Formats: sequence, C-alpha cells, structure tokens
Amino acid sequence: MPAPDTNPDVSALASAPAPGLEAWYLDLHAQGAAREEAVARLHGLLLRAARFEVFRRRGSLPQLSAVELDELAEDAADDAAVSVLRRLDDFRGESSFRTWAYKFALLEAAVKVRRRAWRDREVTLDPERWESFAHIGPGPDDDAETEALLEAVREGIRTALTPRQRQVLVATVLEGVPIDVLAERLDSNRNALYKLLHDARRRLRAHVADAGFPEVNE
Amino acid sequence: MTDRDLDPALKRLLGSDEPEIGCDECFAQLDRYVELELAGAPADELVPGLRAHFVGCPACAEEHESLRALLELDSVS
Repeated sequence: MPAPDTNPDVSALASAPAPGLEAWYLDLHAQGAAREEAVARLHGLLLRAARFEVFRRRGSLPQLSAVELDELAEDAADDAAVSVLRRLDDFRGESSFRTWAYKFALLEAAVKVRRRAWRDREVTLDPERWESFAHIGPGPDDDAETEALLEAVREGIRTALTPRQRQVLVATVLEGVPIDVLAERLDSNRNALYKLLHDARRRLRAHVADAGFPEVNE
Repeated sequence: MTDRDLDPALKRLLGSDEPEIGCDECFAQLDRYVELELAGAPADELVPGLRAHFVGCPACAEEHESLRALLELDSVS
C-alpha cells in the first residue's frame, strides 16, 4: 500500500518560480563564499528541474509517497550538481546557462524514475526469447504481403543480428525496457546500447530489403 | 507497401535510415536545440540528426519534451 501523502504539494514545488538567472554562474569558477553561494543557487535550480521531471513521471511510480518522490528529486539534483560542476568548462554559451544546467537535472531525474519503476521487474536478457513475442506475428487481418514482411523480419532477427544486438533489440523494442534500465542490468551505458540498437536496426533493414522489401530503407 | 503503411511496432523495430546522432551527442546539443525551437528558429536544419534520434530513442525524446516543457513553464512564471 502506498505511504500516505504527508508531504507538501509536489506539484506546487515543481511549478515554483525559477531562481535567479545567469550572471551568478560565473561565481561557480570563483573561490570562497561567492562560490558557495553560486553552488547553492545552482542546486536550487537543479532541484526545481528534478522536481518538475519527477512530478511529470510520477505515474510510473504509484507506490511512492510524495515524500519519497521528493527524496528521489533531491538525489537527482545532488547528482546533477556534481555533473554540472565537473563539466562546467563544457558550457560554451550556445544556450543560456540555466537551460544547459536544467538538462543535467532532467536526465538524472528521468533515469532515477525509470530505474526505480523497473527495480523489481524482471528483464528478459535471453536473446532467443524474441520468438515468444506474438505481436510481431501476422494477425488475422494481415494479407500475404504483410505476412511475408513479418517473416523476413523474424528471419532477420534470427540470422542477421549478433546475440548482443538481438538481446538489446528485443529488450528495448519488444519488451519496452527503458534503455537506462537495460544499461544498468548489462553494466553498460545509454550511448553504447543505443549504438548497438542502431546497428541492429540497420542490419535488420538491410536483411528485410534484400528479402524483397526495399521500401524499409526508403 | 510503403514505409508509411508499416505497423508502429514494426517501425520501432526497423527504425529509420535517416542520418541521426547518438545519445551523448544528443545530450550535448539538447539545450541549444530546444532554445532554437522555442525561438521559432529552424532547429532541425541548425542541429541536424537530433529529430531522427528522438524517433529512435524514447529516453532522449522524453528528456527533450521535459526540457521544452520546463522552459515553457519558466517563460510564463
């Protein structure tokens, strides 16, 4: 049973006015009290973004109370602050500093929500399991051409992909496992897994095109 | 049969052959892209490969939507 909602209204927190804007960020490069003040402001900005994201995605975490959701946002803001401060020199001014900083908090919060939502769920990592997914099989209304296309896709998954590519494609596309969750289970990262997924799709399209469906590459 | 006729599940499986960037590059460009979008600038021309990546990567697409929504909220508050 979810814990009772005893926390202040998270929606109100998420829509609170953004703390001050740009100039202070230069103090993040400073020393002493000025830097401490700037770090505190940065954290406030990141916490606002993290709460916004957790509030948006709260539907995937119905078991968490408002207090627990806010703790998740706090953790995300803390991690985002570390990332922002470590990568401060990457900021080139191609956007406002606020927008640049926000994306770190949104990423951390989104990843934490996805991983928490899947924490107790099994992820099938058997690359051969894909054959059990009936929904890419032909349905009663599918015509012969569709059936042939689906057979080419099935054969492509079976023969054109490496076991690792098959594993990632099945988990992310057919099982709907978020890529960050899969990365955690496979001790990898989002960028590396997406590259695997991208290569798997390219191989699969090439196989299906060769099987008589060149339109998949158009 | 054209690409447009493909079942959505099959489209997700096959992906698109449009040039796209990876997740790390997407993250690096996201702030600039969203500000261009909100300014009404041709973001897809100025930051090519991002839109195609959103189609193939639901996680990055969600974070794009969130950043855009947060900036829109800021602009009215």
